[in-house]
Amino acid sequence: MDMTGQMVLANRLTDGHTVFLAADGSWVEAIAGGALASDQATAERLLATAQLAESRNVVVEPYLIGVRSEGGQRCPVSFRESIRADGPTVRTDFAAER
Amino acid sequence: MTGLIRHGRLVPDPFTDASGLDAPPAGVPVIVSLEQWQAHREALVAAGQPLGLRLRSDQPPRLVAADLPRFAVIALEFPKYRDGRAYTHARMLRERFRYAGEVRAVGDVLQEQLHFMQRCGFDTFEVVAQDPELAWRAVAGDHTVSYQATGDGRPRALDLRHNRK
Amino acid sequence: MYRYDEFDHTLVAERIATFRRQVHRRLSGELTEDQFKPLRLMNGLYLQLHAYMLRVNIPYGCLSSRQLRQLAFIARRYDRNFGHFTTRQNIQYNWIKLDETPDVLAALAEVEMNAMQSSGNCVRNITADQFAGRARDEIEDPRPWCELIRQWSILHPEFSYLPRKFKIAVSGAASDRAAVKLHDVGLYLRRNADGVIGFEVIVGGGQGRLPYVGHTIREWLAKDDLFSYLEAILRIYNLGGRRDNPQKARIKVQVNALGPEEFRRLVDEEWAAIRHSELLAVPGAEIERITAYFADPAWETLPDAAAVLSRQCATDPAFDAWYRTNVVEHRTPGYAIVNLSLKSPGIAPGDLTADQMDRVADLADRFSLGEVRVSHRQNLVFPDVRQTDLHALWQALQAISLATPNIGKLTDIIACPGLDFCALANARAIPVAQDIGRHFGDPAVLQDIGELTINISGCMNACGHHHVGHIGILGVEKNGEEFYQLTLGGSSAEDASLGDRLGRGIPAAEVPVAIEAIVNSYRDLRQADERFLDTYRRVGMEPFKEAVYGDSPEHRRSVA
Repeated sequence: MDMTGQMVLANRLTDGHTVFLAADGSWVEAIAGGALASDQATAERLLATAQLAESRNVVVEPYLIGVRSEGGQRCPVSFRESIRADGPTVRTDFAAER
Repeated sequence: MTGLIRHGRLVPDPFTDASGLDAPPAGVPVIVSLEQWQAHREALVAAGQPLGLRLRSDQPPRLVAADLPRFAVIALEFPKYRDGRAYTHARMLRERFRYAGEVRAVGDVLQEQLHFMQRCGFDTFEVVAQDPELAWRAVAGDHTVSYQATGDGRPRALDLRHNRK
Repeated sequence: MYRYDEFDHTLVAERIATFRRQVHRRLSGELTEDQFKPLRLMNGLYLQLHAYMLRVNIPYGCLSSRQLRQLAFIARRYDRNFGHFTTRQNIQYNWIKLDETPDVLAALAEVEMNAMQSSGNCVRNITADQFAGRARDEIEDPRPWCELIRQWSILHPEFSYLPRKFKIAVSGAASDRAAVKLHDVGLYLRRNADGVIGFEVIVGGGQGRLPYVGHTIREWLAKDDLFSYLEAILRIYNLGGRRDNPQKARIKVQVNALGPEEFRRLVDEEWAAIRHSELLAVPGAEIERITAYFADPAWETLPDAAAVLSRQCATDPAFDAWYRTNVVEHRTPGYAIVNLSLKSPGIAPGDLTADQMDRVADLADRFSLGEVRVSHRQNLVFPDVRQTDLHALWQALQAISLATPNIGKLTDIIACPGLDFCALANARAIPVAQDIGRHFGDPAVLQDIGELTINISGCMNACGHHHVGHIGILGVEKNGEEFYQLTLGGSSAEDASLGDRLGRGIPAAEVPVAIEAIVNSYRDLRQADERFLDTYRRVGMEPFKEAVYGDSPEHRRSVA
């Protein structure tokens, strides 16, 4: 199903890696594993969960980002966040890991 | 809690910080703001109580150079830990104006900064911590070597290298 | 090279122990991110787009082979097998873990390196001419002074919470290779009328959103007065630099708001009070001790090898191309200074893999008395190569892609990490550099174009030094897309100037073509030996504007 929704993005405190909040409250590096909220209320619940994780020193600077889902592929709406999701555009060897 | 630390120990504070009040209370040792000092100078002197002055980070000590001997304590404010002007103010108090009273660090005083503050001439610190003495002890031994000299008399690395002092 | 004594080792070890405790307190939640951030910044650790980035100091750009091998080890063990050299002669790692950072710092300390004050509102790495101690045009070696200034600045109890960062650069040569006039304080070693060497002191240079070329506030300062004068400058800045707006907090804003005359007056007033202070006196014995570490190496007495080199150049055009562009005259007969280009076409400028680092360390031992330098243009230098070794070294450098014959030429591009890595960026810089590099691959063409620097920044913070490129490129973001604004006529040398805006931003795909148009105009217009910069200064912006935008409706309208 093609849609635009929101996900929560943050840096994990211990290693600084960009991570997405998953439905079970864990944090994952691959955008495919994160929770995609299709409505504002769900998005805000996700953000609240993330902020709790921030207060518990799991992550730093969580925030909501717009994400397009097209044919099963997820892509952040903002170019900057797509770089955060996929790694540097000039090092596709790192993107492969995700 | 907020505690006053001197020489690594919590000490009682005989002063009332009146700088945020409309008028300084009479009959007790008070710390006043520069504005209060300028407005109530004669009355404060006449009261005969120990006096202190609290300076904001934009108020250099030279503004009150002539009056410094009147104050038993000068409290220098750190409105935010990253506002480093009071380090200079403290050194000026000690090294330029030869102020011999108590120089107190107040405001956003982080335990990580206590060593630098001490070297600049602060002798007391308003520390906000669960256990201010523990916070002090945690950082007390952090810096045994310094590259710079201040008025505190500690030798620099280069002084020790060449047996100076 | 300077070697740590017991005091230096103890200071660094204590700093690491303190930071280890601070990291522990952060991970346990005892310190909030807001409380921890200044502490980690003062140890060089940034939180970027992908992970933590650690910036390691390379003091005044000097590295030993042993240190370079340790940088390779760190890249392998703690990062992703490469590092990035910056415009402040530092190295950056992009995937360091917070909980491993104290171990990385310990590994650095093992080889007398550190990351202290590579970030934060304090005095940063002291940078210098990458040919220090070796250049023919040098008046005096700046390195001992850099080391003395470094020690004066580290963990300074009064100046660790300045309004903003503070960058100092020192040059001792007639030619400024260290962008001295673009620093908060710049120092030139100079002779006075009596022939005595002292310092010209320049204050208030800087790039970023509000670029300024620095002002000379003192034509000549005696060496004995250096530390009292620096202290006076820092004190006036600490007290009077703006703290209400981070964009206006550098000393350049203070100097330009007061005017250089008034700023100088304030400095002199403070200086008068401390000029003879014992606290700031550096005894001759310490200056001698430090200077001794930078004494001339035991160069062999060699004849000049011009004849040998001529033959080699005549028979090998590729060697000839490299020799002409990448090799520089050394002050000692029989020796040469060799530039290692980290700008091979398609590579991110300034990047070096761990394998390359190890190989460069080996070559340094074999060919350059074990020493390497880092230049602010993101290249490396071998400061002491025998002329008779040049051909063998060249072949070895080719094998590791560090022999591109482009030093000082169009493809010797400075590029910041940009939006590919940096949380502050608005646009990418590296792909633009790579595209230009691929577009202008022909060494003969580069040779004909001659001296031309291109500097690319991915945002207004100007870490790519775009304001002072002969051609500057600034990446901006508009409606979610990347555009690039070009400037012309910047220079970071002793004739420092800020570039002039060429016109509206253009998409990335059009940048190489625009550069081509600019270069073709230059070739049409140049006279005699003019470099691009000289031609631009003579003819002005119009011909280049026409060349790049000439066919556009907007340009035709504005010119008409």
